[in-house]
Amino acid sequence: MPSLDAEALCAQLIEQMRPQVGPDTALVGIHTGGLWLAERLHKALGIRQPLGAIDVSFYRDDYGSKGLHPQPQRTEIPFNVEGAHVIIVDDVLYTGRTTRAALNELFDFGRPARVELAVLVDRGGRELPIAARYCAHTLPQALPTSQNLQLERGEDGTFALRLIDA
Amino acid sequence: MRDPQLNKHGELQHLLTLDGLPREILTAILDTAAPFTEVAEREVKKLPLLRGKSVFNLFFENSTRTRTTFEIAAKRLSADVVNLNINTSSTAKGESLLDTVDNLCAMQADMFVVRHAASGAPVLIAQHLQATGRDHIHVVNAGDGRHAHPTQGLLDMYTIRHYKRDFTNLTVAIVGDVLHSRVARSQIGALATLGVPEIRVIGPKTLLPTALDQMGVRVFHDMRAGLKDVDVVMMLRLQNERMNGALLPTPQEFFKVWGLTAEKLALAKPDAIVMHPGPMNRGVEIDSAVADGAQAVILPQVTFGIAVRMAVMSMLGSH
Repeated sequence: MPSLDAEALCAQLIEQMRPQVGPDTALVGIHTGGLWLAERLHKALGIRQPLGAIDVSFYRDDYGSKGLHPQPQRTEIPFNVEGAHVIIVDDVLYTGRTTRAALNELFDFGRPARVELAVLVDRGGRELPIAARYCAHTLPQALPTSQNLQLERGEDGTFALRLIDA
Repeated sequence: MRDPQLNKHGELQHLLTLDGLPREILTAILDTAAPFTEVAEREVKKLPLLRGKSVFNLFFENSTRTRTTFEIAAKRLSADVVNLNINTSSTAKGESLLDTVDNLCAMQADMFVVRHAASGAPVLIAQHLQATGRDHIHVVNAGDGRHAHPTQGLLDMYTIRHYKRDFTNLTVAIVGDVLHSRVARSQIGALATLGVPEIRVIGPKTLLPTALDQMGVRVFHDMRAGLKDVDVVMMLRLQNERMNGALLPTPQEFFKVWGLTAEKLALAKPDAIVMHPGPMNRGVEIDSAVADGAQAVILPQVTFGIAVRMAVMSMLGSH
């Protein structure tokens, strides 16, 4: 896989999204990488609604086989979901199961008018009928399951994408 | 021999007591409980973790708060909850405890929440399930005799951490009828495991067990001396129903010497919190002015108890 410039992809993603955000748009980042990205987008796009955060540990479909994630974080949706335009933000789109869990969790807070998905990278390997509305880069070939692609944030706040063996 | 609470992977299989439970597991339960507190503020107060599981509340002894909070916790995790009213059940007709358990297992129970007047009843059930190879069924002790009340101990630890953040610089006083209290036993064990440097126990000689010194606590028979500069005051209920013989003067006399009043509380640190596991005997172990005062965190304890029980049940149910 050629190295990916996370900062450049982030800038592209911001430009993709900019024409589509309105005064009622709200962002919800998925812990942890998606939340970092959402924080950046929230500021860059001047989103008026407060930023939401979701930890999908309680909604995962592998709870029965893998157990509860050891350190779940708080889900916080500080805006009214009812009737809102919500963009779910994640760093990497893979099987789609995390997005499915996030959708389920979001709907327990109310009925949004519209939900979209924004990701930095689509690594392929989808197992559910889910697609990103905003995506800065799609890998030409799906990554093998033995590899993990994840966002990292340096001490100075800069983003990097790292490929690690799972 | 391994702790009967842990499975062969070192994961929590049953919750029977806090004694001997490693700090990592205690901390993991408290960490897991934190995000569950937020569920109460949602439009849909339900998580799908225990969907399709059956939780049986087996209460052989009366309880309102504990049974209700366990029921709410299980329902918020989407479990099916069956409350057994033991007074009108087969036990009254002579069925043994383990026969009752076997029958409920035949109804596809996944978890038992057990309260029993006899110390060791939940352990007996857990051993029985293990001996008969039913490792997928979990037991939570909801209070057994004078032995343990681990979820109460956990919710107390959660409450202390919520208000005080760090355990390692605290002085904590447990006040009252320690002798009859399974709550106190669970509290002392957990406080020590979590690194509280000074645990004090305050009460009359007749209501303090003799082995306290071995538990690493400081014993006070003078309430004023014991409350001096403490960060946390944990009151206990005077357990009239468990007393045989004359351990006590009248409730009025008890209140005069051992009741928590604003004047005695003033000896603790100004930001000290006051806890009570309930049900409170106002005017016996605690004055109404303190129970309803700014330092009391007694109602938050109840709310945190739901999140802590959700954490325990979801950790058990995940394997």
